[in-house]
Amino acid sequence: MELAAQLLVILIQIAAVMGVVLLHVAYLTYAERKVLSDMQDRLGPMEVGPHGLLQPIADGLKLFFKEDIIPAGANKIIFSASPILVLVPALIGFAVVPFGRDSLHIGDVEITPYITDINIGILYILAFSSLGAYGILLGGWASNSKYALLGGLRSAAQVISYELPLGLSLVGPILLSESLSMMTMTHAQAGGFWNWYVVKTTPIPFVIYMICAIAETNRLPFDLPEAESELVAGFFTEYSGMRFSFFFLAEYANMILVSCIGVVAFLGGWQAPFAFLEFIPPIVWFLAKVYFLLFFYIWLRATVPRLRFDQLMAFGWKIMLPLSLVMVLVISVAKYILTH
Amino acid sequence: MADLKEDAVGLDHYGNDDFEAGLAEGKPLKRVEDLLLNMGPQHPSTHGVLRIVLDLEGETIVKATPHLGYLHRGVEKLAENSTYTQIIPLTDRLDYTSSMTNNYAFVRTVEKLLQIEIPERAEYIRTLVAEMQRLAGHLFWLGTQALDIGAMTVFFYTFREREVLLDLFELLCGARLTMSYYRVGGVDRELTQEIIDRLYAFLETFPEKVTEYNTLLETNRIWIGRTRDVAIISAEDAVNFGLTGPPLRGSGVNYDVRKAEPYGVYDKVEWEVPLGKNCDTYDRYWIRIEEMRQSASIIKQCLDRLPKGPIISDLPQIAYPPRDKIQTDMESLIHHFMIATQGFKVPEGEVYCGTEAPKGELGFYILSQGGNRPYRMRIRPPSFIHMGAFDHMAKGYMIADIVTIFGTYDIVMGECDR
Repeated sequence: MELAAQLLVILIQIAAVMGVVLLHVAYLTYAERKVLSDMQDRLGPMEVGPHGLLQPIADGLKLFFKEDIIPAGANKIIFSASPILVLVPALIGFAVVPFGRDSLHIGDVEITPYITDINIGILYILAFSSLGAYGILLGGWASNSKYALLGGLRSAAQVISYELPLGLSLVGPILLSESLSMMTMTHAQAGGFWNWYVVKTTPIPFVIYMICAIAETNRLPFDLPEAESELVAGFFTEYSGMRFSFFFLAEYANMILVSCIGVVAFLGGWQAPFAFLEFIPPIVWFLAKVYFLLFFYIWLRATVPRLRFDQLMAFGWKIMLPLSLVMVLVISVAKYILTH
Repeated sequence: MADLKEDAVGLDHYGNDDFEAGLAEGKPLKRVEDLLLNMGPQHPSTHGVLRIVLDLEGETIVKATPHLGYLHRGVEKLAENSTYTQIIPLTDRLDYTSSMTNNYAFVRTVEKLLQIEIPERAEYIRTLVAEMQRLAGHLFWLGTQALDIGAMTVFFYTFREREVLLDLFELLCGARLTMSYYRVGGVDRELTQEIIDRLYAFLETFPEKVTEYNTLLETNRIWIGRTRDVAIISAEDAVNFGLTGPPLRGSGVNYDVRKAEPYGVYDKVEWEVPLGKNCDTYDRYWIRIEEMRQSASIIKQCLDRLPKGPIISDLPQIAYPPRDKIQTDMESLIHHFMIATQGFKVPEGEVYCGTEAPKGELGFYILSQGGNRPYRMRIRPPSFIHMGAFDHMAKGYMIADIVTIFGTYDIVMGECDR
């Protein structure tokens, strides 16, 4: 009986988190269009609903009812499987993200502000986000199109080159909190913004993390796998309908996920910046920080041009990787000196 | 590749000199093929319907072959069956981002053949309108080049200013895209005080707007990385390939038709020809930005000095009579009817006349055998000539640079395919 209740609670939690995440994904596309259009002196979506508020729903319905085309010569199984292979790792990472501080108690049942708090949370997310690259690579390969193939190859190269500095930039927070658990990491940053790891590890790892996260999620200025002016749409050139929307959902879900990790690892998760502001619920702080990072992504998209492929690789291997290695060394030495 | 022997006979796209000999010796055959990528005619950034076939080694371009003609409408052939007045709207469809420059190039050629004088006011109006077109064309170029490289916001900013100019063109001649404003002997309509006032207001803020675009690009490291040392062409090669306009001046060659053979009032106003040093895309970007500033200054000077007088020559056989006279004056009505139905006669002869369009030297060659239609009309569109240097400029760069090179030519397929 107790097991059944626990199982039910977890299922509800998963459903709630997935629902909230997918809703955020839908409205992130709307927010992106609105913020971009505001920066670009235009209105953006205005037709569907007041101020175009129902636009994401209309877009979703449209994609849902679109004909699903599998190009001739495509590998059908891999072609159908790769959108799922991209979307699932993007969503699965949310399982370990702590959204708030306090658990909710209903009778004997405890509802935690996270689905699970495993002690290797960060490794778990990194492992799954690397899996997403397979979907992109296979989808590009299975499309039987040169544009898609080039997009897939670019993506594989990009993910490999930016995965390393991304992981290394997270070593700082891991060293300081002495834990891989997201919840422990958040607790370790309590007591004001000067305890956040963005300050404690110097902002350099945070900047490295942000840059790599943008590269991981294929956003401007690192959106080479899907550079529309060169490769039409990159690895999903041949996709249409729901399969296309899976890639699209995955991209935005990934944006939210990397923002969540960034917030937990560097910006104190749900912690308030000052002790006297703690009356504001932790979840509000968490969301505010995530929204800020998401806004930053969109802002960047409106501002900068796209890098070229060789420049992207050179930047990743010649600047980001050495810099993040040096930062790991510096933080380790500093921590040793300070604790002894 | 691993199973191929080192002494195997190679066969690549370019053939191999000792191929036959190698086969005769009984050497094994190997075949090396580059990745062949077809870009266009349906592609988001080929500026219309340009098609490029790329031979790639990884992402590096080994050979780029442009295939043209997807937008061919036979303007030159159509012209042989149209009167000179009827050809003016045909020229609109060449470089449609700045259609009046084409009108200007055409009417100048006909005028050269007719050897007629243009009233001074008409010359001023023509020059300032041509410079407005250059602004419109360059704004279009800046927006699309930035968009191709990924900076999407610049596109919306430049179109904001282009919109103001298009509104002015609408006031001037009623059309926004295909304007047909120039006439043989002058221009079609009067430059009204309202247009002049609005143009002054536009010029007041325009230099700031150019600075605004530049804050997004000029010192942006990514922008510099994407344009610096990309698509280099030496001054010698540029001349040999027949490049004109910003691509030529980007290589430091001081050639601008407006200075070399001044027409309009270009010799009466003060302006400079910006020249590049590094022969790369960044220099050509900088030149066009600078040209926008120069154009704005030319327009201002023209407005300041605008003389009074007629806007079209008093040549009843050639130029349309003023509109109000057609309703009241018998002679004018007859002349109007004759020009509209039969056109005007042009003496025998052949003539070439080049005009500095935003994209380069736009030339018209007309062979007349007398009569009201050209026997042969040939257009020298800068975009078409520039495509000849495409392979030379693209070789060794990457796929991503292809779109940069499209942009740096400021290519318009309407003009290229004619």
